Amino acid sequence: MLAAVAVSSAVMVVLSRNAIHAAIYLVLSFLSMAGLYVILEAEFVAAVQVLVYAGGIMVLFLFVIMLVNLRDPSGSRVGLHGVLSGGVGLAVVALILSVYGRGSLPASSAEGSVLRQGGNLEAVGQAIFADYLLPFEIVSVLLLVAMIAAIVLARPIPKD
Amino acid sequence: MPVPPTHVLIISLLLFSVGMIGVLIRRNVIIILMSIELIMNAANLNLIAFSRQLNNLVGQVFGVFTIAVAAGEVAVGLAVVLALYRNRATVYVDEVQIMKG
Repeated sequence: MLAAVAVSSAVMVVLSRNAIHAAIYLVLSFLSMAGLYVILEAEFVAAVQVLVYAGGIMVLFLFVIMLVNLRDPSGSRVGLHGVLSGGVGLAVVALILSVYGRGSLPASSAEGSVLRQGGNLEAVGQAIFADYLLPFEIVSVLLLVAMIAAIVLARPIPKD
Repeated sequence: MPVPPTHVLIISLLLFSVGMIGVLIRRNVIIILMSIELIMNAANLNLIAFSRQLNNLVGQVFGVFTIAVAAGEVAVGLAVVLALYRNRATVYVDEVQIMKG
């Protein structure tokens, strides 16, 4: 059910002519994917998904769509280029499916779920701040760099 | 209710392919960025599905990292879109051909 909503709204993101409609469908897709994360016992990631994607990133997208007022929505003319690239996309899908057919999944581990020790949040927090502290710090520096880069790029060009 | 990981892999494959076809066929840069987000979410879904299958937290930790990286990427991408719109007054990729590619 959630999966159907996620996939169909993703299709609507790609197909809708109006960029604002695409953004709304993207929110729907992200929210249903957060539901999938909850089903897969990843509550913390689901919460982060809702906060960061459905909150922050979508506000960013909508601001840019409003700033860049769109002209006539002629953006979805599908010509030879579109057919060609759609064919390439389907070929890649077939390739990945054939790989899926070949492989076998590793067996599911034993009962005592390490994902649930003291609630999912505590387990994830322990893992991040004990074992993955260096990647965490690197991500924070990366976000700082991205923020500075965004400010520099979007700044009005100084007249001198 | 246990969810078989194969189903999650199929969902993630569908999301990835929708995102990839969106990147390929759309001309609006903003929608191309949205499709890239879909692709990143598909990868994230795989990470979390295998985290559950292998009973290992690393997948969820890297899922959080992926979301952070995606946020940074969107910020820079949208700043590039704004700079592009300010300089060339377009958001359609086929109208940006200074390099004659």
